[in-house]
Amino acid sequence: MAKLLEVNNLSISFTQYVQGLNRHDLKVISDLTIDVAESEIVAILGSSGSGKSLLAHSILGILPYNSHVEGEIKYRGNVLNQELKEKLRGNEICLIPQSVNFLDPLMKVSEQAIGECKDEKEHAEKKIKQREIFAKYGLDESVDDLYPFELSGGMARKVLLSTALIEDPNLLIADEPTPGLDKKSVDETIEDIKNLKENGKGVLLITHEIDVALKTADRIAIFYSGYVIEINTVENFKNADNVLHPYTKALINSLPKNGFKLTEGVQPLDVVDGCPYYENCPIRLDKCENNKPKLVDHNGVMIRCFNFEEASDES
Amino acid sequence: MNLKASNISFSYTKKRQILNDVSLSLNSNEIIGLMGDSGSGKSTLCKILSGHISHYSGEVTLDGNKIQDKGFYPVQLIYQHPEKTMNPKWKMEKVLNESWNPPQDLKKSFGLKDSWLTRWPSELSGGELQRFSILRALNPNTKFIIADEISTMLDAVTQVQIWEALINHCKANNIGILAVSHDEELLNVLCDDILKFDEINNL
Repeated sequence: MAKLLEVNNLSISFTQYVQGLNRHDLKVISDLTIDVAESEIVAILGSSGSGKSLLAHSILGILPYNSHVEGEIKYRGNVLNQELKEKLRGNEICLIPQSVNFLDPLMKVSEQAIGECKDEKEHAEKKIKQREIFAKYGLDESVDDLYPFELSGGMARKVLLSTALIEDPNLLIADEPTPGLDKKSVDETIEDIKNLKENGKGVLLITHEIDVALKTADRIAIFYSGYVIEINTVENFKNADNVLHPYTKALINSLPKNGFKLTEGVQPLDVVDGCPYYENCPIRLDKCENNKPKLVDHNGVMIRCFNFEEASDES
Repeated sequence: MNLKASNISFSYTKKRQILNDVSLSLNSNEIIGLMGDSGSGKSTLCKILSGHISHYSGEVTLDGNKIQDKGFYPVQLIYQHPEKTMNPKWKMEKVLNESWNPPQDLKKSFGLKDSWLTRWPSELSGGELQRFSILRALNPNTKFIIADEISTMLDAVTQVQIWEALINHCKANNIGILAVSHDEELLNVLCDDILKFDEINNL
């Protein structure tokens, strides 16, 4: 299957001013490598504040001016530079943004879903499609003429979904499409994402809801504190024993249906020298404190942990 | 204590009625779940219960008495998006202390780190901010907590941490919780009883 999107060793940092004119670089994504093929759904799963949305924004070239990006992003083998990003976004690559603040507060929601049109004819065609998609998500005709502030959180989320699906993209980047939606709409969204896959499209699904990732994705990448710590197949995620990283295990065990097990600890806020999970890790080694593990292949699973790096070195 | 909403009706515009004749009752030793579709008016009901909306018909009472508007409101609402409830130009210490100054061990049980207190809201993640927003609502005068999708935006590990700390505190201090969520599995784990919103809303 041809690779649709390839991200190689991407790092994103922000320049911030701290106290007067002192500048300081804040690293938010480090050494991120991931790819999406045609007919494939890859989910990126990580806690809030781990930098997931920035990956989406860097693919579309909508990061703020004080950001600094290293590494390489390719789309169908071509390096995505700013010019190409601007050409492709909105047609071939579409984004479902995370926050409902992305809606224009002064524009009726149906017009926002339809977007820019060349002429009356295109507008009329898109209007029909917009109505279809809205109807599918249970937004009746009275919603068309509402402004974003009149919508509930879930309804606004559905409008955001419609804005992306109306364009029929080749690559969909869905940034947290489901939180706050009722079960029926979540299922509808999952169905739509799967449909794209059936039609040979690729989807990069950014989420923190494991259930949604399990129901849709082919592969799941776990994101922690700006690092990808594990990329595993969806089958292995059904049981905590089959995933490798201790944080991934904690994540699966903390689901309500898997026992709601408490794991202490929060992500480090400042840059650490060693493994980002060192502070909370039950299987840490001495060297984890000051050395960073690399993302390595361990029997087909990508893992960033010295425990497995050693095991594969020996074998 | 008992928090009681009787025959609440409300609409934002004349065209669309949101709540019609909604009644519910909550005791301080209980955790009650509330489930419903998005856009059905759950958050509106939460705002009415916690005194953020006043022009409704019906009555909200605490132990049979109307709740006083003056001073600290005993029913506190915690929102889904903590970043929208904090002054972006206040540091976290001021945000927290606006309500009260929680003891160190309570801060610890919520996993709050002292280094976070000197940061701006935009410098913390949603999970970290939500810990502040919950702790802020747990002022000693709080009798009931309305938790409107408080863990929807959080990862599973943080979700457990936050609920565990909140429920432990509420059980120890006899505070009742109304937990609003779409996640039936979560509510099954947390709650004594679950209400379906479309069953109590007589539209």
